[in-house]
Parts: sequence; structure tokens; C-alpha cells
Amino acid sequence: MTFVLTEDQEMLRDTAMAFTRDELPLTHLRALRDKGANGHDPETRKKLAELGFFGVIIPDEPGGEHFGLVGLGQILEAQGRTLAATPLLQTALIAASAIQLGGSKAQQAEWLPKIAMGETTFALALDESAHFAPLNVATEAERNGQGYTLNGMKRFVPGGHDADMLIVVARTFGEAGDRHGITLFIVPRDAKGVTVQELKTVDSHGAAHVTFDDVIVGEGGVLGPVDEGADVLEPVLDRAAIGVAAEMLGSSMAAFEMTLEYLQSRKQFGQLIGSFQSLQHRAAKMFTEMEMTRSCVAAALAAVDEGSSDVAELASLAKAKASELVHLVSNECVQMHGGIGMTDVADPGLFMKRARVQEALYGGASWHRDRYARLNNF
Amino acid sequence: MAYDVTEDLDAFRAETRNWLEANCPPSMRTPMKDSEVVWGGKSEKFPNPESKIWLERMGEKGWTAPEWPAAYGGGGLTKEQNRVLQEELRRIKARPALFSFGLWMFGPALLEFGNEEQKKRFLPDIVKGKTRWCQGYSEPGAGSDLAGLQTRCEDKGDHYLINGQKVWTSYADKADWIFCLVRTDTSVKHEGISFILFDMKSPGVEARPILLISGESPFCETFFTDVKVPKDQLVGRVNGGWEIAKRLLQFERSSISAGGFGGTGGSGILGPEEYAKIHVGTDGEGRIADGDLRGRIADHKMYSKAFNLTVQRQTEQAKAGQQVGHTASILKYGAAKMNQDRHELLIEALGSEALGWEGEGFDKSAMRATRGWLRSKGNSIEGGTSEINLNVIAKRVLGLKDHQ
Repeated sequence: MTFVLTEDQEMLRDTAMAFTRDELPLTHLRALRDKGANGHDPETRKKLAELGFFGVIIPDEPGGEHFGLVGLGQILEAQGRTLAATPLLQTALIAASAIQLGGSKAQQAEWLPKIAMGETTFALALDESAHFAPLNVATEAERNGQGYTLNGMKRFVPGGHDADMLIVVARTFGEAGDRHGITLFIVPRDAKGVTVQELKTVDSHGAAHVTFDDVIVGEGGVLGPVDEGADVLEPVLDRAAIGVAAEMLGSSMAAFEMTLEYLQSRKQFGQLIGSFQSLQHRAAKMFTEMEMTRSCVAAALAAVDEGSSDVAELASLAKAKASELVHLVSNECVQMHGGIGMTDVADPGLFMKRARVQEALYGGASWHRDRYARLNNF
Repeated sequence: MAYDVTEDLDAFRAETRNWLEANCPPSMRTPMKDSEVVWGGKSEKFPNPESKIWLERMGEKGWTAPEWPAAYGGGGLTKEQNRVLQEELRRIKARPALFSFGLWMFGPALLEFGNEEQKKRFLPDIVKGKTRWCQGYSEPGAGSDLAGLQTRCEDKGDHYLINGQKVWTSYADKADWIFCLVRTDTSVKHEGISFILFDMKSPGVEARPILLISGESPFCETFFTDVKVPKDQLVGRVNGGWEIAKRLLQFERSSISAGGFGGTGGSGILGPEEYAKIHVGTDGEGRIADGDLRGRIADHKMYSKAFNLTVQRQTEQAKAGQQVGHTASILKYGAAKMNQDRHELLIEALGSEALGWEGEGFDKSAMRATRGWLRSKGNSIEGGTSEINLNVIAKRVLGLKDHQ
């Protein structure tokens, strides 16, 4: 069944929900922000590793268990609820998927156990401009004697300021915009010629611009087929979009529940403001959108595990619906809280700031609507 | 002895397949034509004679109501057997043998609230399509505020006497019987309502069709003047009708959202994206040339997909025994929005081709889309307005309080 969790997945969900609620509440993000940590949080990384959360989609590896993307989706939803900054999306989902789908036997043997144990974290270095456009890759990888030389700049790399390793999307042939000619590379973040400019982002999770200046990568660093890296990249980006959608669902739920609580406690004109029909109807509409988005996210997660042929379509559906949902709910969360919603001490602003980052990651609603139309031949 | 469910179902599938092969007439395996939809009852004309044969055979098996008990004429099938039956029906593209408010709304309520004698008396004729039922709910002064209904029902000792008026009674002019909400106590509101059944041929009943903006008349105004009703035709207890009414509304909202206002499927109307490609044109990459329209069509298609996945999720979770409360209102609200958006986009994509009313010179399917567009405006009004459904969600699901 697509929409019903197995007993194991249910337990994983409960564990993740309890963990983020107790160990990574909103006050945790706030504290990290206030001390200028910019998403660096080695303590949390250690706890996530102990819980085995890095190995959720990695079977048959020491420390790894197999709950599928459905299982990982439950954890991402849980971290979305408290806006927690963790390396799970970049490492446990994106890097694990890329290495599973494109990695050689040797690469899989080297990296999957390290990912599963939480020993090594990754970041996908993809965007070169302010908008998601996965084929617009100009960063150049030129063949040299023993491997490749990388030159170029990746911008707004999520986790790029914190990860141990980078998966770099570079061009080995053709021009920016071409599907053919893309190749993926695994590059240590501290490799010679890599410069990381740390970015302070609105959501306090941080990111980085990463510059590659004559960075030498050996043959062993090529991930997947040369020139046809898009064959690996595209399914990885679908999974990433689904993962972010699960996280956005969690954020939306939490922001909605907080808003509902406020509607049921705040009084004006001697009435609970939640008794005013204009607010009731907006709350009810948000709830229907949330129920529909939950169906899309669940269907997309399950489609990956089942190896369905409509993963791309469902990924775009889930990402677009969840982006619209978190946009709506975070805005309404601020508005329905009134003046207090505008203050830094209250939480609605945190949800709205994180929402915009989540929306932009791996394509916003309009990007995925366009893709959905293309996939449906119109 | 071990009971092998799978083997048992396989045997049932084989039997079912053989029976359908032998009993489903050829024209009943072709797409439904709007003019050949069978609603049953005494007014049914069966323009296609094979649809009469098909209804008789399906009714005899009880397969128009597969999961109702055989004692009341139903198929007596388990959920799993019914699933197999529906799969086999889809496999041969069989038309539904019967469209019926009795099957979708009244029957399920009677199974729950009726007494043994009432179930035995009324359910078998619903299954066989012999009696067509209509729903006496709304009144001129009681629409969204349904419990404000005023149609009087007085106890005259050996019978009830009914006086009043109903409105928006679907197909009252074609129905044989009516299930009706009436007021048995004027001193209280919800607690003064009863649920009663009577013959539309009774002296004092008059139904007048209402002409809609779409040019069709699916609804009537229905008048009751000193209508005598035997006392054994009241369902449940006197003044206990509101509970039945609400439950029946859930069946109604669910049947509307399950069908998604989709009509009978035989209208030949294409999707908005197809009409846009034809009438607006495409760019070099095959995309609809008007980017704004294309985006809105994509948005609508995604909403529809999300809606269908939600119906599927609800079904699966219910099967797994997980409580999915009050989804009827969410789905009714969503179904209305979806069908209205679809029709607006159809009309927009068709352009001037959508502005025909009747006669020659316009594409026939396009004219059906135009009528459908006008009719769809009722979707957010009938069976509980969208606003009422939002109220239900706000109050019963989210727990928001009433204004004090």
C-alpha cells in the first residue's frame, strides 16, 4: 500500500518526531542563530549518527538499515517541524542516492558506510545562478593526464560551508544549457584550489559560494558516466525535491498548529479570534491544502521505493504543492498572529524565513509546474 | 479445514468473468452515452433495450449493490469480492447498470437507521432499479441552514399529514418515491425534525421542474398539500431525523466527491490542455503558446492529481483501519473547486468555439462543455455550499469555536 506505513517505518517516524521535539526544538535553532553558528552543529550530527538516521536508505552496510525513502521522508518531515538544520538532506538523501545510482563498486564501498555511520558529510554543488537551472552548468572540468582540472564557481551551495565532501556538477563537453556534457565529481571540500565563502542566510542554516581554481581531481573522483552525468543527476534531483517536500510538509504542519492554537487563545472584541468566520475559512482552506499535499508527498516517496515510472511527475507534483503550501501557511502564520507575528521573539518569522529557502531549493512551484506540463506533453 | 482466501477469490473471479462474458450485452461494453444513462423507476424509457436487459441481470444478482446483504436483495459480497467484481467490470469496460440516489444515498442510510420491515420493503426495489427515489431536503427558506426547514408533519392518529414545499428536489418529476425531512415539532429546531418516506403519486404531491442557466431542468420545486402518509413510513424515531439527515449528507458528499462531478464519461469532451493545443496553438517545443494559460492548466491538473491521490489515500487508510475523520467535507469542497476550475479552463481554451448554445455551426462536444460549465456553478452550492463545508472543517475538524 502506498499510503500506509509499515510497522518499522511507523516506529522510525515516532522516534524522529520525539527526537526533534525534545532535542531540536525551535529554541535550539534560535540558540544556534544567536551564537552565530550559521548551521554548524557537531553535537546534533553526532546524535543523528547514533540514531542511525544517516543510513536510512543504505541497506546491507555496517550501521545501515533499510527503511526506504518513505522512512527518510518521515525524518525529514520531523526536522521540518522544528526547522532543524541538519546534514541529512545533503548527505543521507542526496549523496547516498548519487553514489548508489552512479557510483562504482569501489566508490560505494568507500563512501556508503561512511555516510551511514555519519562519519562523512556531503554537499551537492550545483547552482551557478540565483535560480535553479540544473543544466546551466558552466563550471569546467578539463581532462589532464591523470584526471580532471576543475575551474568555476558554484553559488548558494546548501551545506557547502559545513560538509566534508562536495559532489560537484561540472561540464566536460558542450555549453551551459546542454544536457550532454555534464559530469559529476567527488571533491574534498579542503582540496587545493577550493575556496569557500560562507554565507549567512535568512533561515540561519547557512550556505556557501564555492570557487574552484585549478582543482585537480583523479579518475577515482568521477561519479557516474562522463558527459552523461545528467542521467544520475536528474533522478537524484527528483529525490531531493521529494525530500524537501517532506520537510516543507512538516514545517507547514507545525506553523499551522501554532496558528490554530493562537486562534483558539487570542481574544478581541470579547471573542476568540478563531470564532471569526473569515479566519475560520482561511484555516479550513489551509487544512484542505495540507491534506492534499500530504497525499502528494506520500505518493512521491513511495513511488521511489517502488521504482515506479512516474517518479519525475510525482516529484514535481509534490515539490510544487508543498512549496505553495509552506508559502501560504507561513504567510498566514505571520498575518494571523498580528503584531506579535512581526517580532523576532515570536516564531512565525522563523517559519517564513525558512520557507523561502525550502521553496527555492531544487526548483520552486513555477519551475515544477512548467516541468509537470512538459511531462504531460503540453 | 484451512480456508484459503486467495484461492477462494480466484474462483470468484473466474465465476464472475464467465458470468459477465455471458450476460453483459455488447452495447453495454461501449462508452456510456448521456442519453442512455439508466436511472430506473417507472419513468425509465430504456432508449437502448440492452440497458434494460443489463439492469435486470445485474439487479437479479444484486450486483448493483454488491455489498448490501442478500436478504435485502443486495449481492452479499465481501469487500474483497466486490473489489474483484469492480475490476472485472472495468476489464470489459462495462457501463454502470444503474445510476440511483437510492443506491448512493438513501439505501446506505436505511440500512443503518431503518427497521427490518422497512429494509425488506424498500431495499430490493432499489437494487433492481424498480423504484427511483428523490431527496426532499432544501426548502425556499432552508438552504445552507437546512435545519430551519418548515414542511409540517402532523400526527393524525392513524396517519401523518404533510403540508409544505421543497426545492432543488433532483428529478422529483421522474421519481417514484421521496425520502423527506419534515418538521414534527415547531418548538425546537434540530430536535423537531423527522425522516419520512412517501409515494410521489400520493394525492397532494406536485413537482414542477426548474429551468436552470444551463437550459436543463434537473431540479424541481415540490409542493405538498394535505399529503397523507402511513405511520410505518417514518424512519427512526419521531423528532430523530436530524441524525439520519446528517449521515445521509455524508453519503451524498462522498458520492459527489467520488464521482468528482465527472459526469458519465461519454460526452467526448477533451481536457483543457488538448483544446488549448488545438485552439490556442503550440510553440516549437509543443507547449501551449499562451504561457499564462498553460501555467493555470498545469496548476489545475496538479490539483486534480492531488485530489485523486487524497481519495486513494483515504480509501487505503480506511482499509488499514486508520480513522480518517470528516474527509467528506474536505473532498466535497475540493471536488467542487476542481470541476469548476476545469470547466472555466475548458471554456477559456475553446475560445469562441465555447460560446455556442444550440443548432449547427458549433462543435457538438464544445457545446456540451458549455452546458457543463454552466451546470458546474451549482457544484459549490448543492449538497452543502463550499462555505458550509469550510464551516464544518473549521468546527468539527479544527475545533474552532462558534461566535459567542
